[in-house]
Amino acid sequence: MSRSDSESAADYLADIADESTGPLSRRERFDRFVEDSIRTPFRIIWGDLRTRIGISILLAFTLVGTVGVSIVPKPEFNEAPRYVPPFTNWAVPLGTDGYGKPIGKQLVHATPAVLEIVVAGAVISMVLATVIGVTAGYKGGRVDDILMFITDAVLTIPGLPLILVIASIFTPERPFVVGLLLGIDNWPGLARTLRSQVLSIRHESYVEASRAMGMSSPHILRKDVTKQLMPYITINAANAARGVIFESVGLYFLGILPFTSANWGVIMNEAYQTSGVLSNLGRIHWMIWPMVTISLFSVGLILLSQGMDRLFNPRIRARHSDTAGEETATAKME
Amino acid sequence: MRYYAKRIGQSVLTLFVVVTITFFMYRLLPGGPLELMRQQLLQDMATQGTGQANMQEVNRLIELYTGFQPDAPLYVQYYNYIKDIVVHQDFGKSIWQNEPVFDILFKAMPWSIYVSVYGLVLGFSTNVFLGAFMAYREGSRFDSGMTGIIVAANSVPYYAAAIFMLIVFSYQLGWFPIAGRYGPATTPGFNVDFMVSVVHHSILPIFTGFVVGFGGGALGMRGNSVRILGEDYVRSARLRGLSSRLIAARYVGKNAILPMYTGLMIGLAGIFSSSVIMEQIFTYPGVGWYTFGALENRDYPLLLGSFIFFTTITITGITIADMTYSLIDPRIESGGEDESF
Repeated sequence: MSRSDSESAADYLADIADESTGPLSRRERFDRFVEDSIRTPFRIIWGDLRTRIGISILLAFTLVGTVGVSIVPKPEFNEAPRYVPPFTNWAVPLGTDGYGKPIGKQLVHATPAVLEIVVAGAVISMVLATVIGVTAGYKGGRVDDILMFITDAVLTIPGLPLILVIASIFTPERPFVVGLLLGIDNWPGLARTLRSQVLSIRHESYVEASRAMGMSSPHILRKDVTKQLMPYITINAANAARGVIFESVGLYFLGILPFTSANWGVIMNEAYQTSGVLSNLGRIHWMIWPMVTISLFSVGLILLSQGMDRLFNPRIRARHSDTAGEETATAKME
Repeated sequence: MRYYAKRIGQSVLTLFVVVTITFFMYRLLPGGPLELMRQQLLQDMATQGTGQANMQEVNRLIELYTGFQPDAPLYVQYYNYIKDIVVHQDFGKSIWQNEPVFDILFKAMPWSIYVSVYGLVLGFSTNVFLGAFMAYREGSRFDSGMTGIIVAANSVPYYAAAIFMLIVFSYQLGWFPIAGRYGPATTPGFNVDFMVSVVHHSILPIFTGFVVGFGGGALGMRGNSVRILGEDYVRSARLRGLSSRLIAARYVGKNAILPMYTGLMIGLAGIFSSSVIMEQIFTYPGVGWYTFGALENRDYPLLLGSFIFFTTITITGITIADMTYSLIDPRIESGGEDESF
């Protein structure tokens, strides 16, 4: 710990020396950028066991969804006997389903589509929620009224029935489109939460100070307001991703979305539609494995979001990170 | 007072917008429900061999089921649609159940509300207490242990939890019934047998609602509380030597609960959404169950009717919650009249 402290202190002194001789070279500026915005945050995140597990899980899923698909061959009908229990035959480690298809292979080959849905859904909900929620809360007045009316309208429309209606008319087939569709339903919650947070933050003294100093609204929103909300946004980013994945798998499970792309929900649907799977303990693994997979994925998301909380919340960071001491030292020197 | 009037006005307007959306989905989409229905009816007539499939007869049937006159101008259709819903509570007639949509849904609604709201309230109150307590003990073994448990619990989708409970408690242990709202041997009414049976059938669905409501709330509450624990007024309260119980309840809890309240409103929409899948798993004939059945049977009057029903219930709930929000946070009431910048 103290070693890294002294190292960075030396770096800092070197920087000062550089500044006295001339402007920073491009390489030094790059190094500093890497140190400030990549290495330090990563060290803070990685310093926490929960986050380490979370990142590992998500990384593993990404690997499976990209590399794993080309390593693991596609599942075939009657590749093995029907209803092989898990962990008995190592050719099919997770067992087989009622069609003799290995469940493990099916899960692997459904992963890319699921990842696509999650990314599309989470990104669109985050962007919509932050822009709308923060602007509404800070601006107030007519802007707030209009934005909140839109938010409330979307919020109060129960998501799943709406998606049912839309899906029954349009039948979205590409996973990317499914993600966007589900994202539309997932932003209003966060937008409202952010707005109610901004309502109290806008009266904080440092925001009033910025305004008195004549800072522009976008500047204040970015620097003073949104920074305060980062823990909330990131926690909710993971929640939105979780919401999107739960809903998409749920819809595939009900059999509402067309089975044009593989999905863990499709496997669950096939198991559920086959009689005797729920009541027969020898067949239950067909249903259980997809459920375990979704849960594992969402464990990863939640743990990661907690780590992001650490990264953005200086109060927590001060307590948990080694770099905090270094930061205050730097501040003093300046 | 102005605030309340504004809130109610807003809700009515939202409802109006939603009904309008359903109208356009119904009517205007190319290849939309009305078009599908027309083709279906034409096909039925052709296969049943009831003579020539004539357009007039088809239009008459469509009007019977949906309340639309397909050949009338659009604004007339829209006016009639709104008038039917507002004045006559006429949502059309279900093709699948062959009964007025309103009657089906009105009978199903109390069951859905009973199961959903019970579960949500249970989950929400657990969140508040647990989250506040964890924040107060931040960093302790209780905090990290509980966080672990919550993360695990949140990671399981509610329908997975429902299926799991169905497998364990109904199929394997036989403690709870597999399907239905009450035992077939009981007579609905004010008698002990019936009421016990209703409770017995609703325990697993309610617990599923609890899983939905439990959601990320406890961690959100913990996050809020941690933020507020760092505020100056909490520090000064501590310096004044106030008991930790008093600080937790008055200083931290009261403030941390504000964002949670928004969460409760969203939870309302979420819980009714979830009931579509939940009621399907437990074969619990509420509004959600009919929604899914309508979808499977391409019964558009029932599908859109239940969509309007869901929205109405949710808007009512949210309006009530929003109007009481000003009771716990006086700043909100003046929120609209704040200077805007």
